[in-house]
Amino acid sequence: MSAETGIGAAVKRREDLRFITGQGNYTDDLNVPGQAYGVFLRSPYARARINAVDAADALQVEGALAVFTGQDTAADGLGDLPCGWLVKSRDGSDMVSAPHPPLAVSQVNYVGEPYGLVVAESLAAARQAAERVDADFEELTPVVATARAAQASPIHQGLEDNLAYDWELGDEAATDAALSAAVHVTRLDLTNNRLIPNAIEPRAALATFDPTNGEYQLRTTSQNPHLERLVLSAFVQIAPEHKLRVVAPDVGGGFGSKIFVYAEETVVTWAAAKVGRPIKWTAQRSESFLADAHGRDHVTHAELGLDEAGRFTALKVSTTANLGAYLSTFGSSVPTYLYGTLLAGQYKTPNIHVRTHGVYTNTAPVDAYRGAGRPEATFVVERIIEAAARETGRDPAELRRLNMIAPEDFPYQTPVALVYDTGNYQASLDKALRLADYAGFGQRRAASQAAGKRRGIGFSCYIEACGLAPSQLAIQLGAGVGLYESGEIRVNPTGSVTVFTGSHSHGQGHETTFAQVVSDKLGVPFDDVEVVHGDTGRVEFGLGTYGSRSLAVGGSALICASDKIIAKGTRIAAHMMQAEPDSVAFEAGAFISGNQRLTLQEVAFAAYVPADYPPDLEPGLSEKAFYDPENFTYPAGAHIAEVEVDEATGVVQLANFVAVDDFGHVINPMIVDGQVHGGLAQGAGQALLEHGIYDADGQLTTGSYMDYCMPRADDVPDFTVDTTVTPCTHNPLGVKGCGEAGAIGSPAAIINAVTDALGTEDITMPATPEQVWRKLRGL
Amino acid sequence: MNLSLTVNGVEHSLDVPANTLLADLLRSQLRLTGTHVGCDTSQCGACTVHLDGRSVKACTVLAAQTQGRAVTTIEGIGSPDDLHPMQAAFRDCHALQCGFCTPAMILRAIELVESGSALDNRTVREGLEGNICRCTGYHNIVKAVLTAGEAMQEQAR
Repeated sequence: MSAETGIGAAVKRREDLRFITGQGNYTDDLNVPGQAYGVFLRSPYARARINAVDAADALQVEGALAVFTGQDTAADGLGDLPCGWLVKSRDGSDMVSAPHPPLAVSQVNYVGEPYGLVVAESLAAARQAAERVDADFEELTPVVATARAAQASPIHQGLEDNLAYDWELGDEAATDAALSAAVHVTRLDLTNNRLIPNAIEPRAALATFDPTNGEYQLRTTSQNPHLERLVLSAFVQIAPEHKLRVVAPDVGGGFGSKIFVYAEETVVTWAAAKVGRPIKWTAQRSESFLADAHGRDHVTHAELGLDEAGRFTALKVSTTANLGAYLSTFGSSVPTYLYGTLLAGQYKTPNIHVRTHGVYTNTAPVDAYRGAGRPEATFVVERIIEAAARETGRDPAELRRLNMIAPEDFPYQTPVALVYDTGNYQASLDKALRLADYAGFGQRRAASQAAGKRRGIGFSCYIEACGLAPSQLAIQLGAGVGLYESGEIRVNPTGSVTVFTGSHSHGQGHETTFAQVVSDKLGVPFDDVEVVHGDTGRVEFGLGTYGSRSLAVGGSALICASDKIIAKGTRIAAHMMQAEPDSVAFEAGAFISGNQRLTLQEVAFAAYVPADYPPDLEPGLSEKAFYDPENFTYPAGAHIAEVEVDEATGVVQLANFVAVDDFGHVINPMIVDGQVHGGLAQGAGQALLEHGIYDADGQLTTGSYMDYCMPRADDVPDFTVDTTVTPCTHNPLGVKGCGEAGAIGSPAAIINAVTDALGTEDITMPATPEQVWRKLRGL
Repeated sequence: MNLSLTVNGVEHSLDVPANTLLADLLRSQLRLTGTHVGCDTSQCGACTVHLDGRSVKACTVLAAQTQGRAVTTIEGIGSPDDLHPMQAAFRDCHALQCGFCTPAMILRAIELVESGSALDNRTVREGLEGNICRCTGYHNIVKAVLTAGEAMQEQAR
């Protein structure tokens, strides 16, 4: 296939032309005739009883159309927003799920929780009316702090405590015994700071209802429109699945936060039929801060045992994970199956035990944010290894190398459920050490010192598990949906190809990479392949994009569908060439038998104009496939951060960052590098800048870009990124996924560098100038 | 109030409420939806446009302030058939992912280059400080601005 456009080529993105000229179609850019505007009423309190909501005055505002409350949605039989992963506690009992109505009915449980929707002719009228709604709240004492939530009085009526589950994984007795026998035990208390995802496009919804046929259409900022449709029909019961079309048009970033089924698009869709008008709602940034699902927020104690030689003998981890006021769509799985299972990291630690207390608090729900559980696991493993290296006087790179799973050890069964299929961790580490000029660090440190600054270097050799799989196992472990992906390849009569994928692109560039994959596989020109995604009315089914799964699962589905196209084409071509199907080979877009040759285009035409055609074969050349992976994929890599700390101000400058990642085969290296860059900046944000903070009353004190410090261009350096390749052994493309790696590996590397510079392990994320300045002065 | 202004070279005479923001005028009335709104505190920069050649955040400019002035949005910078060098560089350098911050980033970058100051990695990063991108980590944006900067200076010579 063409070297310019095939697999491995840095093809320029075809979606870019509309974005760089301002012609993108994001949800808020869309308008339909007769649309009204929605504004949500949001709780000003972290925890309060709703005594009454009086909308009489609001409805007097000119242009006000309706005010709906939780009483209305409940009376109409609207179901709760479900959590899609049932986690079981260590005693075998099901997790405790607090009911989560789309609009709060009798009690609000976090600041920003929606308890009503105002609909009006214009946005200005809707805002004005919302201000005139008179809600009578009775404040209750909130529970805010993660670490103390389990013991506090329950925030939800009818629950015994604030514990959603007490989950564990691994052999506790063996781990305890190994720790007792260890020559050295490193102990570390860690906090993984709460983050607020902040895709730059705020969430939005535009819902319409057609009373002549009962059909709803929801255009919304979703990473997985089919899941949205499934939940809204099966659980919330807004409409039967075939009467609800969900379209995710251009979506301005997600990072996990647009996976979930939220109250807003749910209620707006429902209300469109009630009002008899299309309704548009677009979040203001302050609403995004309050009511998008947040990420991370763990408090952890970890212990790592080492033997005389420095080999890890045991890792014991106890984590309290703040789940927020309600269990978000996948919130329960993040600090359990996406966290505990990753605690082996890249190492042969024989005994591992993890226990997670998932707790309710009066804060926004917490769910998957770029990395989702895996950055938290990496932070534990890589921080405690760095600390162990320092305590035992070992080189941190060499201590890692000593304990790494070797290339010959694969497939490798970890003590925490996963089976790694392949990898070469030493190769990534070696390359990273070279690129970071580890040997020259001493000189650079001396130069910094001479300039009155402290320099530190830190490592993070992360592992990640992508493309959650296989479906049957995930469902056994509590997942409410399968984890396959669908793909359809339609070879049109003229030989051009339309590809339908259940994956969704909100910045990842699928319209380009998926076309590369299909163009390469079917030998048709890149420009003849069109990729369709993000519309339940056009794509049969899909599970969307999260967990770096698109290419590994969605891309693989396209390979399977392509194989079916080739198989059917082979039969058609064999008939046309009067050859045995077995004698026909498919190469570079043509079916070949002996000296006869038919292009895919010729065969496609014959399939739709079946004049000379196998009598027992259906016309047409369109095939679909559902690909269910047999295992996760396991991207891994070595990240090295170098920081310089200004003693006078406490400012930490990220001086250099090297990331060497193994993503298996790479389809488009330009896009892969870009994904890593973005992840690294988000990781740097977590390590140095970002922190979602609630005060003791449960008010979000970081509710705008004035208070929540986002990484800006001058906060990060140019990144040095490179790859090594061990192809995934179980998917047809040999790919692993690259979307989250940057955010998974980097926080630990950066904090390891900061703690190296400061000579203390006692630094929590984010390492703000104030914190660092205080540490430098022993305050 | 009556308002006369030029947007992308086209003169408009409009009747708008006095409290209309430029961002809303462009998006809702003129349907120029390439100007995006990403925050409510003038921090993210996604609404950046040019007002008489200088970049401004359209969410903090009243439409009334543009009386008699010239506004240029991303739609007036170049077209798919005739890209501005900055637009081309953004595509060539993979300086965008989701594309939401991109129009504003391009407008700010053009002003940065046109201001004539010497550009290097550090000054470009400082110059883009008012525009947040959550996707790219800025690495390729800086590359694109430096690349386009050379092309634009070449053109100007």
